[in-house]
Amino acid sequence: MKQLRKLLSSWSWEALLVVLLLLTLVLGNSLSPYFFTPFNFSLMVESFMEIAIMALSMTLIIIAGEIDLSVASTLGLASVMMGITWNAGIPLWLDIIIALATGGVAGLFNGLLVTRLGLPSLVVTLGTLALYRGLAYVILGSQAVSNFPAAYSNFGIGDVPGTLIPWTLVMFVILALLCIVLLHRSWIGRQIYAIGNNKEAARFAGIRVNRIKLWLFVLSGVLAALAGIVFTARISSARADNAVGFELFVITVVLLGGVNIFGGQGSLVGVILALFVVGGLRNALGLANVSGDVQNIVVGMLLIFSVLGPNVVQRIRTVISRRRLASGSSKRV
Amino acid sequence: MTTTSKQVNGASIPPPRSGYRLVVFVSRVRELGLLAVLLLLVIIVGVQVPQFFTLSNMVQILLSVSILAIVAIGETLVVLTRNVDLSVGSIVGFSAFVAANLFKQHPGANLLFGILLGCILGLMLGMLNGLIVSWGRVPAIVATLGTLYVFRGLDFLYAGGNQVSASDVPDSFLSLATVPLLGIPLLIWFAALLALIFGYWLHASRTGRQLYAIGSNPEAARLVGIRSDLLVFGAFAISGVLSGFAGVLWGARFATVDATAASGLELQVVAAVVVGGVNIFGGSGRMLGAMLGAIVLATIDNSLSFLRVSQFWLQAIDGAAILIAVTLDALITRWVQRLLITRRQR
Repeated sequence: MKQLRKLLSSWSWEALLVVLLLLTLVLGNSLSPYFFTPFNFSLMVESFMEIAIMALSMTLIIIAGEIDLSVASTLGLASVMMGITWNAGIPLWLDIIIALATGGVAGLFNGLLVTRLGLPSLVVTLGTLALYRGLAYVILGSQAVSNFPAAYSNFGIGDVPGTLIPWTLVMFVILALLCIVLLHRSWIGRQIYAIGNNKEAARFAGIRVNRIKLWLFVLSGVLAALAGIVFTARISSARADNAVGFELFVITVVLLGGVNIFGGQGSLVGVILALFVVGGLRNALGLANVSGDVQNIVVGMLLIFSVLGPNVVQRIRTVISRRRLASGSSKRV
Repeated sequence: MTTTSKQVNGASIPPPRSGYRLVVFVSRVRELGLLAVLLLLVIIVGVQVPQFFTLSNMVQILLSVSILAIVAIGETLVVLTRNVDLSVGSIVGFSAFVAANLFKQHPGANLLFGILLGCILGLMLGMLNGLIVSWGRVPAIVATLGTLYVFRGLDFLYAGGNQVSASDVPDSFLSLATVPLLGIPLLIWFAALLALIFGYWLHASRTGRQLYAIGSNPEAARLVGIRSDLLVFGAFAISGVLSGFAGVLWGARFATVDATAASGLELQVVAAVVVGGVNIFGGSGRMLGAMLGAIVLATIDNSLSFLRVSQFWLQAIDGAAILIAVTLDALITRWVQRLLITRRQR
């Protein structure tokens, strides 16, 4: 019985997410008759794959006690790199490598500022949020590159032949499995948790804190660039303002997934569940003709409540237990 | 060791004072450096494009500075308490639309009522931020990243794709920005007055000093009996009011307002504040510095168009300014600490 309770409490956040997911499905069904169709599910999954990819590395970074606000701007910069390299007549495979490398350098720059100068990642990546997006604008201006080859665009919107499973989902599942193994089954993952729980203690235990953080930022940059490649393929257009504001969705998904904003706690399972909650919600609202900017009200509130909710519950609990203690002691007196 | 250092430094300056003086000295040098950058910028642009020096352009720059500065005053208070308010751009935009729309629907409405409406809207949104951060214990970056999009979404919901343009609103509303008082537009007076009042208050009042105390050591501040929760809440509320007020002025100045007005302004505001030497970790920095930061950024903004550099550079420059400022701060702090340690060892 005790064990069961323990199991329940450790799974309570995931259970809450499952309930939220069910609510989302019910809401979607009541908002539109097209929600519960295989075709819509395929479209829906496709539409949040870039967020999903970025959420993987964001989870690792937040668990390590840092944050990367620049992911959406890195995505935009990578998308612009895809566009100008393709326009310059460079073969597609090389464009992809250049875009990924751009993301890697962007992440490396974040990581170096954080680890070498000891600056808070919050400020550094707020600065690079503006810097990388600005560079994207400087490079491509208000132009758009959209004459990509069909094979590339098909990767963004195509399904595995004979099914409704998007190719990008296949890619995400592979990446997610790799990240799950890295975080939950490897020594590196345990070190990431240790760093997030207590950086000083981790350093004294011989963990190379700065090296791991640096690589996490590089990973974040590369995955953001990959998300940029997926996004560019999906909408078949490379623009400087691609995915503006997507950091909101990524951070919301990660925190709603039960990852502690102060680091050291959380799991990728929760994040993936939260991904479907946020993705499903946006899809349902979109089907009900709610514009993207208005959808953001819901997502922004989810972000705040995913941190506020547990805090408020905690506060109420302490107040109740204090009252109990107070009333108990007064009875004795 | 302390006695020897006293003898070295002279009896009039005890060791902790000398450390304090060094920090003050460094911050003065920083502000002077910023002033030098500003002068250099103005001279370089002015030499290449003589029209830059005309009175009307100086007024244009000061008008842009004013709106940025009013928002930066509130942001400074928030950053001093080791928090940040990313929602200011959305509050400015929302308030700008609400005020402009009021005068579109009711051209005869009292001007003061419009200003009050913007301020109250800002106050309510700022108080919401404050509640979430100080009572809900949500880190400011998460809370205000959320409200940045919530407020902007509400703005979109309210505006519903509509736009207010200059011909829709009475001239009295537009004159709020341009009408001169002693030869200087009213907008600039507002900003200067607010900067003076809040600068003095921050420097000299008990509450102002308590804001610094919270930022430099939240735990210690609580232990000496400072009501941190209330003050952090207050800082966010003031940031909201000032953003709301700035929004009304934004509406008056640009006249053409839709739901995207002032989006991304938060980055420029944060850049102005940290460039001005307000420590992003809280606890140090002066209003004068933040205002200098706002002037430098608005001047860069203005000179871009004079040098025929694409406006697309603007965002990259804001980002680079934030990074350069915090990097410089970190290096200076390191240098000061090393200097203090070697002094003590002497």
